[in-house]
Amino acid sequence: MKLSRTLGLSALLLFSPLLAGKSITIKGSDTMVHLVSTWAEEFMKAHPQIDLSVTGGGSGTGIAAIINKTTDICASSRDIKPKEKELAKKKGIIVHEIPVAQDALALIVHPKNPVKALTLSQVGKIYRGEITNWKALGGADKAITALSRESSSGTYIYFQEHVLEKQDYSPKVRLMPATSSIVQGVQDNQYAIGYVGLGYLEGAGSKIKALPIKPSETKPAVMPSVATALNKSYPISRFLYLYTNGAPQGQVKTFIDFTLSLAGQKIVVETGYVKVK
Amino acid sequence: MLKDKIIRYILASAASISVLVVLLVFYFLFKESFLFAQANGIKILLGTQWKPVSFFDPSFGVLPLITGSFLVTCIAGLIAIPLGIVIAVYLAEIAGEKEKEILKPLIEILASLPSVVLGFFGLVVLAPLIQKIFNLNSGLTALTGAVLLAVMAIPTITSVSEDALRAVPALYKQASLALGASRLQTIWRVTVPAGLSGIVAAVMLGMGRVIGETMAVLMVTGNAPALTFSPTESARTMTATIASEMGEVAQGSEHYGALFWVGLILLFITFLLVAFSQRILKKYQNFKT
Repeated sequence: MKLSRTLGLSALLLFSPLLAGKSITIKGSDTMVHLVSTWAEEFMKAHPQIDLSVTGGGSGTGIAAIINKTTDICASSRDIKPKEKELAKKKGIIVHEIPVAQDALALIVHPKNPVKALTLSQVGKIYRGEITNWKALGGADKAITALSRESSSGTYIYFQEHVLEKQDYSPKVRLMPATSSIVQGVQDNQYAIGYVGLGYLEGAGSKIKALPIKPSETKPAVMPSVATALNKSYPISRFLYLYTNGAPQGQVKTFIDFTLSLAGQKIVVETGYVKVK
Repeated sequence: MLKDKIIRYILASAASISVLVVLLVFYFLFKESFLFAQANGIKILLGTQWKPVSFFDPSFGVLPLITGSFLVTCIAGLIAIPLGIVIAVYLAEIAGEKEKEILKPLIEILASLPSVVLGFFGLVVLAPLIQKIFNLNSGLTALTGAVLLAVMAIPTITSVSEDALRAVPALYKQASLALGASRLQTIWRVTVPAGLSGIVAAVMLGMGRVIGETMAVLMVTGNAPALTFSPTESARTMTATIASEMGEVAQGSEHYGALFWVGLILLFITFLLVAFSQRILKKYQNFKT
């Protein structure tokens, strides 16, 4: 008797936060956090009655959240994997995909690094652990410190699929908790290499340098930029997506229509990414 | 009377919440780990590769994570234990009142520094420094993480050891001095051995903090899951793995279950440490009375 009363009271105390009000949540890609929160700010100015909350954590986090029904919209810098789609279906969720922007991944090194350009396959070999010394790439006789995002990052998986050709990362690749830590790591280390989204490149200034990438041995090297991503000459560019459970409806649809509108796509360009159309 | 009863219930429920939470944590940890073991067997956990995200061949060998935690904890212990004890001896036996007034609050501030702040300091200041000193390729190493963890463990070790040393009866010291031993001899041959059980408990508590710490190591150790015992290589700890991967996994997937196993192993290690230090502390309290 005493115990049941005690338990009942504790349960009430534990679950009281669940009784609070509801807002639209957007969760996922760290790459897209800046973009999505800028969208949300502008959107809430025009629609003060709709409350949006934006959190990061990585694309995998967002996709897991939409599968686990803990978010309304998922922001992802990679497309959903067949395995995840299957899992979602099992839980009664039809994942709806909306490409909202494009991004290019830049390979960054210390400004003092003498290497001029890399081919796409050389980058893949560095991260697979097949090239471990800068000497093989025309640099100093020093070991390469390869920096990557954590495996919860959409950028990690996009990079694995398109640059490592679906092979595994070398276990010696250092996994950093955030893109800003990659920038910091390259800034401090003359022999490090890392990858970051185009949006981060402008903010970092001259403390790091982006390497031009050759799509193949015979083709000319291309610098990552908005223009080269748009005309597809830069080889490591990708779509950024929003995912919803089923076709968007109501307030969620209002927000997604806004991201694709002229004003929404203007924000895409302003935050350093590439328009989707 | 009724008022007494109500207050009693409120207090009892407040106390039972913490018990309830612990039980729930245990329940979920065991449940998820059990489901994973049932579906995949635990052989899959014994490998030497932690490769949870792979297009063809994901593998969940926890060995590199255990050695990562082990490596970082051992080095942190090598730094923090001698330093922490020496500081405690100084505070309890040698320092004057004035010095104590300055030193003790400073050490307490060290204990209250948020680990993410220390981690940021480690990333920006300590990592480049270690890279330069040891002429390494990168400062993101097990050693960098261990130094930060040592900084976090020292206050725990120092304050508990100091209490233990203070509790040594003055009679012992007076007897030793009366026999002609010097002050230093008295400290190392009489006071420290007499307070040893308390000091061992302090070390255990400090190590418990080190092995459970997440944020600072996540930021500075580089987190590469390669199996290594070299302090100047990158290491991936169990805590950092759970912290950075748990948010990403879909509930019920293999990866999800494997992370619960990592959590279970970690819980088991810290449980042993705490149980061991409690036993020693108890012994030491008996000695005091």
